[in-house]
Amino acid sequence: MGALQKPQTLYDKLWQRRLVMDYADGMSLIYIDRHIIHEVSSPQAFEGLRESGRKAWRPSAAIATPDHNVPTSNRQLGVDGITDPVSKIQVLALDENCREFGLPEFGLTDERQGIVHVIAPEQGLTLPGMTVVCGDSHTATHGALAALGVGIGTTEVEHVLATQCLLQRKALNMLIEVTGTLPAGVTAKDIVLYIIGQIGTAAGTGHTIEFAGSAIRGLSMEGRMTLCNMAIEAGARAGLVAFDEITEAYVKERPRAPSGEQWPVAVAQWRDLHSDAGAEFDKVYRFNAEAIKPQVTWGTSPEMVVAVNARVPSPEQQCDPSKASQYREALAYMGLSAGQAITDIQLDRVFIGSCTNSRIEDIRAVAQVVVGKQVAATVKQALVVPGSGLVKRQAEAEGLDKIILAAGFEWREPGCSMCLAMNEDRLYPGEHCASTSNRNFEGRQGSGGRTHLVSPAMAAAAALAGHFVDISEEA
Amino acid sequence: MQPFTQHTGKVLPIDRTNVDTDAILPKQYLKFIGKFGFGGWLFDDLRYLDPGDVETDLKTRRLNPDFVLNQPRLQGATILLGRKNFGCGSSRESAVWALRDYGIRVVIAPSFADIFYNNCFKNGILPITLPESSVDQLFLTTFMAEPPLQLCVDLEACVVRQDNDFEWPFTVDEARRQKLLLGRDDIAETLLQAEKIKKFEQRLKVAEPWLF
Ligand code: SF4
Repeated sequence: MGALQKPQTLYDKLWQRRLVMDYADGMSLIYIDRHIIHEVSSPQAFEGLRESGRKAWRPSAAIATPDHNVPTSNRQLGVDGITDPVSKIQVLALDENCREFGLPEFGLTDERQGIVHVIAPEQGLTLPGMTVVCGDSHTATHGALAALGVGIGTTEVEHVLATQCLLQRKALNMLIEVTGTLPAGVTAKDIVLYIIGQIGTAAGTGHTIEFAGSAIRGLSMEGRMTLCNMAIEAGARAGLVAFDEITEAYVKERPRAPSGEQWPVAVAQWRDLHSDAGAEFDKVYRFNAEAIKPQVTWGTSPEMVVAVNARVPSPEQQCDPSKASQYREALAYMGLSAGQAITDIQLDRVFIGSCTNSRIEDIRAVAQVVVGKQVAATVKQALVVPGSGLVKRQAEAEGLDKIILAAGFEWREPGCSMCLAMNEDRLYPGEHCASTSNRNFEGRQGSGGRTHLVSPAMAAAAALAGHFVDISEEA
Repeated sequence: MQPFTQHTGKVLPIDRTNVDTDAILPKQYLKFIGKFGFGGWLFDDLRYLDPGDVETDLKTRRLNPDFVLNQPRLQGATILLGRKNFGCGSSRESAVWALRDYGIRVVIAPSFADIFYNNCFKNGILPITLPESSVDQLFLTTFMAEPPLQLCVDLEACVVRQDNDFEWPFTVDEARRQKLLLGRDDIAETLLQAEKIKKFEQRLKVAEPWLF
């Protein structure tokens, strides 16, 4: 008795590994291994440091890159290619701040530039067991590598820069287990949208979600990143997947991964990054992968989602009156009516990109669907925006850009682009868009724009047809 | 951060309930990349008759003479008196920066929105919750007082005083009170643990050298 440690969850372990100290008020100081910085949420943090005469605690722990508001064309012009004056100021300020505080940066014309949550895993800057923060709520993505990734605000960005630590209250543990085999045409994106549809966007509040089960184990690293990326859409600040051979194979030989004699030592440590048998979770959900169809959101919250072969739900059938009124408002904004078939929704634009789905596997999935076909004449624009310069180069090496261009899509430079419409890629009022991003909030992709969240293969198929199609039927 | 022990200042009464952060600082100013210099945009929609944004020269803007903040007698006020649910709405911290940059050091109200309340402490502003009846009494006094009402806020004794005639005691979380008294922000507080952090970092360098 006593010698045996209580079984721990993966989150407990990650927390314990970086716990510097506990305060009496329930807050803890957590050491941060990697701090990813972009141009929109950082300027005030640097200004705060300057004002108080503070330095960056460990500049080499940071990596900066502009991504949120950068244009996705004319990249060869560098900063001069940015027409919006505010965006330009932010990008220049990031360069200047990195220089002043000695932080490494992948600048606008660097091939390693790209969306924060794509480039860090790609470079081995995110490694298993690490704590990773970024001033962007989708930092949960990094949990796919069995790292603790947490999105933070600007004040916390300043705090981490100055102290290499984050003040946090430990979250509760949630387990979401998905077992069984995924049907053809169903991807990680569909799994996560389906889960959010089942548990709602608030279920994860105050929790860290660990995704487990055979269907999750079977996902590639790219798929796991898509899954964890959207943990925040289920209310959780962090999402996790345990370390396994797939993680190991992905991390191996990345530019910043341990090498030589360090590699086996690191892997031996990482093998412990899973929840122990018998570990207790505060909340558990279980799902069967076989029940999942390709998903399409119809409303203005990620939980407003149904299978592609379903119909737009009716507010009248909701017993909860507040839900019924939310549904009514969402339908009015989306210009849809209850009972309409999802496959009848006509699309004006298609956006394939964002930190949810812009990795090489996503681009391959798109190319596979569109090879030899054409974007429907009714679709005004179909964009493919790779997540990083290196994803772009890889896709071009495989000839995917040619396939995508030949089918009538635009092939762009890396950035967040139409995910949040801070640059010129945007929806116009009333336009419907099949989007592989993560948020379908009102106005997210442009004022008055109507977003339908889907997987890359679903978005590609919808671009060809001009409306949604059930790719699991065709498969 | 400036320490806060005692503060005496003129009172600016904002007589409306549910003042949200968009009223305190409208969203077009979120594009501003500075952390300081928001003071001129405090209550922008109410304060000016013409619309503005980050680029507009403040000197060219037309003041709304009916808005209390523009009254000549209340210039230089540092204590804001508000109503219920002050600071509700979006979590933007820059709303508090606008108050701070304008010169506000204390906000008194019957209740506050949570995030706003927390953000005040982070930026050296003391939010004080007083019973609704006391707030009513203060509003009445400000409307009539000439010269304008001055209050003394004593954080050491946790009381608000009006001339030595009236006193309103208040309570505030002790850890937060200490931080304000010493003028310590979260960063300064964490840096008190610098030795612990360095030791932790040293251990990590040995255990996981690939991180460095
Ligand atoms: S792609 Fe969208 S969600 Fe991802 S980091 Fe950029 S803005 Fe945030």
